[in-house]
Amino acid sequence: MSHDPAQGSAALPHAPAAPVGPEAHVMVGNADLFVNWARKSSLWYLLFATACCGIELMQAGASRYDLDRFGAVFRATPRQADLMIVAGTITHKMAERLKRLYDQMPEPKYVISMGSCANTGGPFYKDSYCVVKGVDLLIPVDVYIPGCPPRPEALIDGIMQLQKIIMKKKNFAANKA
Amino acid sequence: MEPQAIFETLKGKFGDAVTELQSEGFRPAFVVVSPERLAEIALYLRDDPSMRFDSLMCLSGVDYKDRFAVAYHLYSMTHRHAVGLKVFLPRENPSVASVDPVWPAANLMEREAFDLFGIVFEGSKDLRRILLPEDWEGHPLRKDYKYPEFYHGIKV
Repeated sequence: MSHDPAQGSAALPHAPAAPVGPEAHVMVGNADLFVNWARKSSLWYLLFATACCGIELMQAGASRYDLDRFGAVFRATPRQADLMIVAGTITHKMAERLKRLYDQMPEPKYVISMGSCANTGGPFYKDSYCVVKGVDLLIPVDVYIPGCPPRPEALIDGIMQLQKIIMKKKNFAANKA
Repeated sequence: MEPQAIFETLKGKFGDAVTELQSEGFRPAFVVVSPERLAEIALYLRDDPSMRFDSLMCLSGVDYKDRFAVAYHLYSMTHRHAVGLKVFLPRENPSVASVDPVWPAANLMEREAFDLFGIVFEGSKDLRRILLPEDWEGHPLRKDYKYPEFYHGIKV
């Protein structure tokens, strides 16, 4: 029987033991769907904030907005993170550190550029000698969130957009053609 | 003690090394002193019982186009009075004695003035760039600073 894994398949605790044999419950779907669903449902993000966007990021992670609902929890090390939310101004001095953190993250990895500074340099775009004019000069970006700083709702929307992007990925050679 | 009285006391003690009192538009007023005797004057202001300037509130570099200046804002927690010190430095190789041995708080602010203006503080225990990367070229707050096109391959 066909089943959409995105809907969840947990058996009720009082349900009778699953039948064995031809009547057993079977999930059929394509492998991409399953892999993408797993990835989008556990977007662990790197605890990385450099300016006031970081405050909004903390708000989004705290109980009122509760990013945990999307399977997104913060990790204090890049080696356990899937998603880098670049929250704040990146200076040229910070650029090398940011690149190193990104390189330390395991594949597959995603980047959200949060706020005007990370998108374009924001208020520092003109006449600043020290601010990088957009984090996409350093690393590839999946989702840009406008705002200065964006509200937690905007960040959550950004994460949902990223989940949509992940669901469209093709991971297996037969599907890539 | 008012800045006027401090100026006169310093003038009596250090003579020609104390050149003028800039009171118009400055609060507190600035006493302009010669860079050669700055360390001596700073030590006197800190240790004399009638002065007791035990707090260096701020140290800033200034670019006046024809010359540089370093401004020191002093405050006395004992007597609750304040005064400013200012030294003017030539545009070529600006250099002044460090007040690091007098007020340890000076170190970070001197590093900032060194980083952004290129003013050298002689005798500082640790004069390195503080805000910009170590290998940055030039001093960005100078009026004649030219922006680099790239830094480590990233467009500035």
